[in-house]
Amino acid sequence: MWDWSYTLFVLPDILKALKITILATFLGFAMASIPGLILAICRRSQYKPLSMAVGAFVEFIRTTPLLAQLYFIFYVFPQFGLALSPLAAGVIGLGLHYSTYLSEVYRAGIDSIPQAQWEAATALSFSTRHIWLKIILPQAIPPILPVMGNYLIGMFKDTPLLSAITLVEILQVAKLQGSQYFRYLEPITIVGLLFLILSYVSSLGIKRLEARVNH
Amino acid sequence: MILIPAPFDLVPYLLQGVGVTVQLLIASSALALIMSFLIGYGRLSRYRIISLPATVYLEFFRGTSLLVQLFWAYFVLPFFGITLSAMTTGIIVIGLNYGAYGSEIVRSSILSIPKAQIEAGIALNMTRFQISYRVILPQALVIMLPSFGNLAIELLKGTALVSLITLNDLMFQGTVLRNTTLRTAEVFSMVLMLYFILAYPIILGVRKLENRLSVWRA
Repeated sequence: MWDWSYTLFVLPDILKALKITILATFLGFAMASIPGLILAICRRSQYKPLSMAVGAFVEFIRTTPLLAQLYFIFYVFPQFGLALSPLAAGVIGLGLHYSTYLSEVYRAGIDSIPQAQWEAATALSFSTRHIWLKIILPQAIPPILPVMGNYLIGMFKDTPLLSAITLVEILQVAKLQGSQYFRYLEPITIVGLLFLILSYVSSLGIKRLEARVNH
Repeated sequence: MILIPAPFDLVPYLLQGVGVTVQLLIASSALALIMSFLIGYGRLSRYRIISLPATVYLEFFRGTSLLVQLFWAYFVLPFFGITLSAMTTGIIVIGLNYGAYGSEIVRSSILSIPKAQIEAGIALNMTRFQISYRVILPQALVIMLPSFGNLAIELLKGTALVSLITLNDLMFQGTVLRNTTLRTAEVFSMVLMLYFILAYPIILGVRKLENRLSVWRA
């Protein structure tokens, strides 16, 4: 049933592509965490049109499929003179999609800071920039790190979607091997196992982080 | 023949795909709901012979990517002599996958009911079944509903992946239409709009439930 020599034959290429998958995950996460914070801060803005526009944007991106957004970035942006490589388009797509999720996470973290902290900072006449950077964010971020870690794993599991915009990541490699040698069993099973192992191990790490944060 | 102004002239073609997407949404949501309760209650069982397989199910479906699962079911199962249509594959895989996420909603909602409720039930001489059915479940259901609404939106977004196993859903119709008309920007904008329109009633429902829930709690 399971062909070991075929397994050893396809494995090196899959492992090579795993680098691309992991690269896309971390670049995507970097593209999500900073914009996500900016979205969260803008959404709290006193200036109504800004907070409403950001709210609508977040809602729209969160409720439409990542796959459709990836197609949009990869195929529509070039028409406006912005041709992107599959990796760049994928990273932007993942980053954009997850920035809206992370903005909600940041919002929860910021909302959990007691009002008195803001008042004390204002009473000490800190500037707005100072209040955010020195008082609010250093307290708001650590408790939400485990939640952000879960979104990192979620993003990792969404990277196979980038195969749809022709990025050669692990699933794409497995599919190509399957169609070339008429055996899908081994390559696709290996990809599934890789995802299972990597996301399970990372989730254990996050559980430990959670225990430390709640301590 | 009525001429519809661009880009809305694309909508009738895309609507054919919306039908498939809605069918998928309804059928796989139903399966996901059943699995949520089976696995959620299974994980709470005192018997390891029940709770262990339920945990394995959860970790398996949460740990491997949805698209990989779809590909596995579509390309590898025929190798074992099981050939399913793209629609059946989509319904089963999406249902089983989101059922795993839903089981955590069921489990955490049940665990969030204070222990005193169970003790009160025991004091009133209720059977275990009566306690869980009459005391715990009605309270836990109210807590579950908004989360299930959010999960339904996630599931709707997940259905777009079936286009990659050749099922002609909304996303698939979009890519076909792009290839035939080359009106890329309009096609993909309309696809995004249609997904948003499909999700919007669910968003409104969730918001309404959340408001009612907070009233009930206050």
